[in-house]
Amino acid sequence: MNEFVFFLNNVVISGLVAGSIYALGAIGVTLLFGILRFAHFAHGDMMTLGAFITLVLTWILAGMGVSSGLPLAYFVLPLAIAITIVAALGLDRLFYAPLRARGAKPVTLLIASIGVTMMLQGLIRLLFGTGTYSFFEEVPKVIYRLPVEGATRAITFTQPQAVGVVVTILAVIALHLFLKRSRNGKAMRAVADNPDLAQVSGINIRKIVRLTWIIGAGLACLAGTFLALDVTVKPDLAFNILLPIFAAAIVGGVGQVYGAIVAGYLIGFAEVLAVFNWSVVLRPFRDSLPDWVPTTLAIVPTEYKVTVAFVILVVTLLLRPTGIFRGASS
Amino acid sequence: MMQRAGILYLGLFALIVATGFAMGAPFTVRLLVEASAYALIALGLNIQWGYGGLFNFGMMGFLMIGGFAAVFMGMPVSPEFWDSDGPWMLGRALLAAGVGALVIVGAGRLHRIGFPRWLQRTLQVIAWIAAYIFFRTQIDPAIAYIEAGPEWIGGLGLPVWLGWVLGGLLAAGVAWLIGKVCLGLRSDYLAIATIGIAEIIHALLKNMDWLTRGTLTVSPVPWPVPRPQDFQAWGTSIDASFIYARSGYLLLVLVILGAAFFLLQRAYHSPWGRMTRAIRDNHVAADAMGKDVRARQLQLFVLGSALMGIGCAILVSFAQIYDPSSYSSVNHTFIIWVMVIVGGAGNNLGALLGAFLIYLVWLLSEPVSQWLFTTISGWTEAIGWGAIPDITSRSVQMRVFVLGLVIALALRFAPRGLIPEIGAGRRRGEPKQQSPDEA
Repeated sequence: MNEFVFFLNNVVISGLVAGSIYALGAIGVTLLFGILRFAHFAHGDMMTLGAFITLVLTWILAGMGVSSGLPLAYFVLPLAIAITIVAALGLDRLFYAPLRARGAKPVTLLIASIGVTMMLQGLIRLLFGTGTYSFFEEVPKVIYRLPVEGATRAITFTQPQAVGVVVTILAVIALHLFLKRSRNGKAMRAVADNPDLAQVSGINIRKIVRLTWIIGAGLACLAGTFLALDVTVKPDLAFNILLPIFAAAIVGGVGQVYGAIVAGYLIGFAEVLAVFNWSVVLRPFRDSLPDWVPTTLAIVPTEYKVTVAFVILVVTLLLRPTGIFRGASS
Repeated sequence: MMQRAGILYLGLFALIVATGFAMGAPFTVRLLVEASAYALIALGLNIQWGYGGLFNFGMMGFLMIGGFAAVFMGMPVSPEFWDSDGPWMLGRALLAAGVGALVIVGAGRLHRIGFPRWLQRTLQVIAWIAAYIFFRTQIDPAIAYIEAGPEWIGGLGLPVWLGWVLGGLLAAGVAWLIGKVCLGLRSDYLAIATIGIAEIIHALLKNMDWLTRGTLTVSPVPWPVPRPQDFQAWGTSIDASFIYARSGYLLLVLVILGAAFFLLQRAYHSPWGRMTRAIRDNHVAADAMGKDVRARQLQLFVLGSALMGIGCAILVSFAQIYDPSSYSSVNHTFIIWVMVIVGGAGNNLGALLGAFLIYLVWLLSEPVSQWLFTTISGWTEAIGWGAIPDITSRSVQMRVFVLGLVIALALRFAPRGLIPEIGAGRRRGEPKQQSPDEA
């Protein structure tokens, strides 16, 4: 049983957490890809920005003498999302909208987003230095341990992990309802399918672009804060997970929200499965195994985890370039 | 156009001279050496992006390979490693990799001798897995053995300029492999794929302690010309020794840069150069004219990457230290894009100007922002808000922001760069040198 619990803790829970973060990021990337037709490289840093905005808001709240048994980050999250959205709209107005107005090609916008990445990174480090911060300086991180019958180990996960996964699921359901039921959501899908046709049908493209930034930035802030709650807040928090997020967006099919969600979890689980030490699961059969089976049996060593998302991406691009959900290929 | 270039180069020269007076001669010569190496790398990107419209965002990987080559060739031989079982075990691992590759390639061709497609595909997947497991059974013990005993494999003890050559060759080889697989992708997918490859190379070289000593770093990497220490041993004063030694190095790098520039200019104006531009501007039309699009793109990709490898080998041996963990996308990929975009993609003169100018901005934005912060800090203290803390560490971060701002402004106000490509102005307001995929 211990082995089973170990597997649950190290694969199922870790995979769910990583997958949720990737999915939230990938939805934003895939929407921006679908509507604005460019790869938004600054998305990772938008996540970091969201996490830092949440951090500052918790400091302000703590400075006003507010305290609670729960991390303050939960309470300020809506406000942080709102601020991140305003920041994203401002960045769009300043750096992307003029290029779009000129009719610049997607690659130009991509390079502009690299510029935005550097500005955000520089600015965050300028203001906060290169150190790490934690949301859990006042209150300890609550850890749940669910005992399992017949095992000495318990199923272990933290409160922010549980909250994060639940909030992700709620956000995905809300997004689904928005896209399928609301007028704006339908308009958004129409623009993603065929912008010219959508425009002649009377859809306001500017409004849809704004809406895309609102959803993308809101989810980015959510994902960034969730990631920061799970680990720590640091300036290169999300730049390092840019690759899995882009891999998820492409593997899921560019412009396909559901594809991005599925691929986000797919890549999250693939990563934890690849670095999981399978010899632990084989331990009950230790006595009947031959001698040559080594004690560590991971598919890739932990330090090469970054390669997993990339291998999945390349295999997808070579075998099925449109992604698993047949995304836009233009 | 030439007049404009002349004025800009005069301005750059004045800026460098002013830096020389402000920061001292040794600093300026160092700046020039490093900027020349970056110029070589920027020319490499200009071949890929400017000549061919290829979207390479994996410069960091090629640079790391070039740096590794300089270390591998130039560092002294480690007798501890060669006397141990290490070479034998590594040889076996290499052999295993070779056998694995043969099996995979063989499995890929089974359908030619009558195997049904599905069976061939299944066998190929099995071949991949089997080859990987076989390779791991050989390489894992070898790594453990070397890291426990001689620590790392050491170098070959050859002149370091051979390492520069090897850096170019290795980077070209890796680029060939990547190009074979990825060049058919859409431009933005190619960007993500190359970024991913760079991250993988980074992870490999950082963690392969047996090959590169990983985070322990390798130093001192030798110089191809007399070092400051040598001049001091010959009785030169310390200040002068730095100037002499670095000037010698600068001369060597300038010769290489000049040769590369000359050859690239010739290539640009040759029929081959016209063909690459035709492919860049409309690869469908070029294809219809009977040009071999994929082969030319592969050529450009390999050639550009070779220049990047050489450039970074020069940088590493100049700095005398190889630290794989110090490489990052911002410092080693994005900065080169800024150089080429600001300078003028598709124009070698522009890329050269961009490289020197941006490297100057990159180096100088630190002291300038330090001065700025100290001044502002003085004001805030005067009005009672207190001083700005950690000015030194903050000023270092300023340069990333400045570079981001520079590229954003360049894209908006001078999208074709400071010295635009000649003849690229037919469509107003939009750089022509972009991949036509999204047209």
